[in-house]
Amino acid sequence: MSVLVFLDQSDGHIKKSSLEAASYGAAIAKNLSTAAEGIVLGITKEDLTALGKYGLSKVHTVKNEALNNFDDEAYTGIIAEAINSTGANVIIFSNNFNGKSIAPRLSVKLKAGLVSGAIALPDTSNGFVVKKNVFSGKAFANVSVKTDIKIISLNANSYKITEGDGAAEVIELNVAIPPSRVMVKEVNKVAGEIPLAEAEIVVSGGRGMKGPENWGIITDLAKALGAATACSRPVSDSDWRPHHEHVGQTGLTIAPNLYFAIGISGAIQHLAGVNRSKTIVVINKDPEAPFFKAADYGIVGDAFEVVPKITEAIKKLKGIS
Amino acid sequence: MKILICISKTPDTTAKIAFTDNNTKFAEAGVQFILNPYDEWYALVRAIELKEADPSTVLHLINVGGADADPIIRKALAMGGDEAIRVNSDSSDSFYIASQIAEIAKQNNYDLIFTGKETIDYNGSSIGGMVAQLLEMPYISLATKFTLDGTLATVNREIEGGEEIDVVNLPAVISCQKGMAEQRIPNMRGIMSARTKPLRVTEPVPADTLTSIESFDLPPAKAGVKLVPADNPEELVRLLHEEAKVF
Repeated sequence: MSVLVFLDQSDGHIKKSSLEAASYGAAIAKNLSTAAEGIVLGITKEDLTALGKYGLSKVHTVKNEALNNFDDEAYTGIIAEAINSTGANVIIFSNNFNGKSIAPRLSVKLKAGLVSGAIALPDTSNGFVVKKNVFSGKAFANVSVKTDIKIISLNANSYKITEGDGAAEVIELNVAIPPSRVMVKEVNKVAGEIPLAEAEIVVSGGRGMKGPENWGIITDLAKALGAATACSRPVSDSDWRPHHEHVGQTGLTIAPNLYFAIGISGAIQHLAGVNRSKTIVVINKDPEAPFFKAADYGIVGDAFEVVPKITEAIKKLKGIS
Repeated sequence: MKILICISKTPDTTAKIAFTDNNTKFAEAGVQFILNPYDEWYALVRAIELKEADPSTVLHLINVGGADADPIIRKALAMGGDEAIRVNSDSSDSFYIASQIAEIAKQNNYDLIFTGKETIDYNGSSIGGMVAQLLEMPYISLATKFTLDGTLATVNREIEGGEEIDVVNLPAVISCQKGMAEQRIPNMRGIMSARTKPLRVTEPVPADTLTSIESFDLPPAKAGVKLVPADNPEELVRLLHEEAKVF
């Protein structure tokens, strides 16, 4: 009996959402009086022993370049073998792009119940019940997992990374890697951009910005805050901003610590994608904008005047000139 | 080319979310139900476009649900599906549902199986991967673009901070999201012809249920907005720094 956490990498670095998963897995292991171990696939630039800081006692790894290209079938097979050899019975993924590919496959392969989109530690007082997001963030469901092996995929920004002391024992696995049936032809990443799904602060613009030429106001504030940028659906539909920035019911669902909504009225579909943000700031010139009802802080005013002043005040506070 | 499109019935995006029976059941009274947007706008419409490019293509729809799903299945037929299969079960367990879909897929040898990236009610994002594993097929999740050259598909898939372009030989399972296609509405001819298109109802095959929903909760209500005057945005920054402590 132990907890096994899958740690996902991007360009040789462990993703932040995976460190959240590791901290979450370590907390579950503590509650169950067992150990948490990790598994990392492919070659990374990281010192894997340092993952002990997040509460992992061992890190299993396959140092094979072929695994630096994501392949859900190969990953599923290797993780299933590791579960077999370690006897792990609680498996943790981040509910990120890769987690959404592997966790369902693994659930079938092991006939293990999967709760995807978990937002809190499991309640083990009577069975194994995990709270997850449903209705696109408008409600939660408490899901009971009935199988011996349990798989949880954790939503980003739902569990705080906890760092302590400790070094993990690194165990290299020797496994055969089957030829991939999906060929990765190209990977295009926007360099230096903070991934929206993982961002702790998000600055988002809506139709009130009047056009793509005014986005400098949004990106300046985002830069001052070290934030990712996002937008509402009409903005991405009008191609003012790329589709991947669309947050809302039919776009990305996010839960940052701080969400700045600028010139967004707050239609219910938009709120569904962002209402789990810990603090919401709304800037809108319409005092009747429904978003104010969901906000923690607000300014009724012209974004074109107000936002640059906010950016200046933040730069001053942070000592950026 | 035979394509199976998995469709689901979900509450409308503007539906008020509430629960009954001691918070164990979704309160359906007065709620408008729709075809799950990801299934409709992206999976189904992209499949219809593939049929328009190659009219020999056959589009099958599958829904695992009760008779109350029939109106949304008829809508999907009106949009351009050729025939539909409804597996008569109201289970909410992904593994059980995926097992039913895989069973139908095994009988029909589809070249391609499309799902939406998730349903907007349970947000599981699991059916595609589970069906792929049950059928031992390749799976590409969260596709934003799909093109076909013979049996070779080129698929753009969203990843953190960018996209990946994958090439896969069919058959394959693809989960679809924004970018795949543009939203459409059914025309009158489609609506008329949908009435006579086959909608076959079958009983589920035995399958395990691995999870069950014990109860639902609603998030706590917000305390209310604290408004800062527009001529003092510095005060907002102070509050965020000192009170909310977000930076």
